[in-house]
Amino acid sequence: MRAMGRELPALLLLGGLAAAPFIGFGEGYMLTLLARMMILAMAAVSLSFIVAGAGLVSLGHAAMLGFGAYAVVILDDLQVVDALFVLPAAILAAAGFALLTGAVAIRTSGVNFIMITLAFGQMAFFTASSLSGYGGDDGYTLYARTEVNGARLLDDRLVFHFVCLGALVFTWLLCRMLLASRFGRVLRAVRGNPMRAQALGFSPYPYRLTAYVIAGALGGAAGFLFANATEFVAPAYISWQRSGELLFMVILGGLSGLHGALLGAIGFVLLEEWLSHQWEHWRILFGVLLILAVLFLPGGLSGIPAQVGRMLRRD
Amino acid sequence: MSLTLLLVQGLNGLQLGILLFLIAAGLTLVFGVMDFINLAHGVQYMVGAYLAAFLAAQTGSFWAALALALPAALVVGLVLEFLVFRHLYDRDHMAQVLATFGVILILNDGIKALFGSAPLQVPMPEALTGGFPIMDGLLYPHYRLAIIAGGLATAALLWWLVERTKAGMLIRAGATNAPMVAALGIDIRRLFMVVFGFGAMLAGFAGVMAAPILSVEPGMGDNLLILAFVVIVIGGIGSVRGAFIAALLVGTVETLGRSMMPDLMRLFLDPSAARQVGAALASMLIYIAMAAILAFRPAGLFPVRAA
Repeated sequence: MRAMGRELPALLLLGGLAAAPFIGFGEGYMLTLLARMMILAMAAVSLSFIVAGAGLVSLGHAAMLGFGAYAVVILDDLQVVDALFVLPAAILAAAGFALLTGAVAIRTSGVNFIMITLAFGQMAFFTASSLSGYGGDDGYTLYARTEVNGARLLDDRLVFHFVCLGALVFTWLLCRMLLASRFGRVLRAVRGNPMRAQALGFSPYPYRLTAYVIAGALGGAAGFLFANATEFVAPAYISWQRSGELLFMVILGGLSGLHGALLGAIGFVLLEEWLSHQWEHWRILFGVLLILAVLFLPGGLSGIPAQVGRMLRRD
Repeated sequence: MSLTLLLVQGLNGLQLGILLFLIAAGLTLVFGVMDFINLAHGVQYMVGAYLAAFLAAQTGSFWAALALALPAALVVGLVLEFLVFRHLYDRDHMAQVLATFGVILILNDGIKALFGSAPLQVPMPEALTGGFPIMDGLLYPHYRLAIIAGGLATAALLWWLVERTKAGMLIRAGATNAPMVAALGIDIRRLFMVVFGFGAMLAGFAGVMAAPILSVEPGMGDNLLILAFVVIVIGGIGSVRGAFIAALLVGTVETLGRSMMPDLMRLFLDPSAARQVGAALASMLIYIAMAAILAFRPAGLFPVRAA
C-alpha cells in the first residue's frame, strides 16, 4: 500500500494523459501538444534515470533524440519507412552514440562530465547541420509518418496519442524497475560514494556506462517519435539549449523520483504554452518563475507536498 | 593558402581569443572561487554591447560610451548578484544552472522588448577607422588591432591584480580552499561580490569592444558563453593563466579551422563534399580538442585545486 502511495503522482499523471482525449482535449491542436508533452516526458524520464539514479548530469541528452530522429530521416530518404526497421535503427543509432561518447565521458566526473557531454552534443549538432543532403541547417521534411508492418497506423491522431503514451509508460516502468533492481542499487551506491562502492567490489565504470547507454537508447526511441510527431527534423532539435531544457524539466520536477521528471516535462510544456499566449515577451515571466522555483522550491515541483507538510508541522 | 591570409586569419584568431579571454576570466574566477556555475555570464557580454550601442547613440561618442558602459555593466552585475546569485552560493550546481538560465531568458527577452530583435550598429571610433597595410592593397583594420592591444593590456592588469595584490592573493586562496579563507577571518561573501562585479565588468568590456565589429543582437552571448566554458574547462577551472592560454588556443583554432579546413579536406574529397565536411569539422575542432584534453587531463591544463 505504501509503495502504491509513492507511485500515486505518476499514476495520476499517466492516467490523466490517457483520459485527456476523451475529456475535451481531443481536437487536433491539443493532441499535438499532448504528443509533444509525452515525448519530451519520455526523454526527461530517461535523463532523470541517469541524473538522479547515477549522478550523471548530462548536458547532451538532446543528441540522443537527434540520433533517433536522424535515423528516421536517413531511412526515409532511402525509402525504408517501416517501423520494424526504423525503430530498432533509431534505438541502435542513439545507443551506439551513447556507448562511444559515454566510454570517454564517464572517465570524468562532476562539472567536467557536464562539459564533455555538452561537447559531444555540439559535435552531433554540427554534424547534423553539415548534412546538406538532408537539408543542413534548414532541416528535412519527412515524406510521411513511419508505417507499422505496412499499415499507416501512426497517421491516426488518436492511435499516435496512445503509441506515445505506451512508449512513455514503458520508459517509466523500465527505468523504475532498473532503479529498484540490484543494478540500480549499485548505481546509487556509486553515486553516493564511489570509493566505498569500489571497496565492496563494484567497479563503477561498467555500471555507469550501461546506465548511460540505456538512457541513450530510450532517448533514441523518443527521437523516433518526435520525428514522427512533427514529420520534420532539424539540427535545432540537437542544440545545447534543447539539452538544457531537458535538464531543466528534470530539475524543475524534482529529483526525488521518476515522477518528478514526468511532472517537470508536463509543467514545462504547459507553462511554455500558456505563457506564450499571454505576452510576446513571455520568456521574461518564464525566467522569473524559474528563478522563484529554484529559490523557494528546493525539492522541485514534486517536493511541494512534503514542503507544505513541513511548514504546517512547524506552525 | 598564402602567408598573408594566414597572418590575417592568425590576427583574427588572436582577436577572438582576446574577447574570449575577457569573458572567460570572470567566468573562471567566479567558478573557481565560489564554485558557482554562472550561465548568465554570456548575457553580461550582451548587456555590455547594448549599453555601448545605447550610450553611443545618446552621447554620439564611442569613448564616452565606453567610459559610461563599464560602470553600468558593473552595476548590472552587482544588482544581479544581490537579487539572484547571492542566494545560490550554498546550493548545488543544478540549482545554479537552472536559476542562471532563468536570468538568461529574462535578459535576452528584456533586451528584445526594449530594443527590438533587429541587430544594432555601433559606429567605430573616428580615430581607429583606418587600416594597417599588411601588403599592397590589403589593410588590417586599426580597430581590430586596438581590440588585441586593449585585451592584452587588460590581461596584464588582471595578472598584476591576481598575482601581486592582496585582493588577488585572497582570490587565489579562495580558489584553492574557500572555507579555509573564511576560517582565517576574511569576509568571503564580500570577496565573492567583488569578484562577481569585476567579472561582470570584464564581460561587459568585451561586449563594448565587440559592438562595432559584430552585430549587436539578442542572444549574441549564448554561443560565446559555450566557447568561454570550453576555454575555462581546457585551461583548468579557477586559473586565469590557464584561461588566457586556452582562450588564445580556442580563438586561433576556431578561426584558422574555419578558413583552412575546407581547403584541407579538398585533398581527400571532391570540392562540394570537402566544403561541407570541412565546415562541420571546423566547428567541431574545439570540442574535439576539449574532449581529448579532458580524457587525458580531467582537470584541465592548469589545475588549481588539488584533486
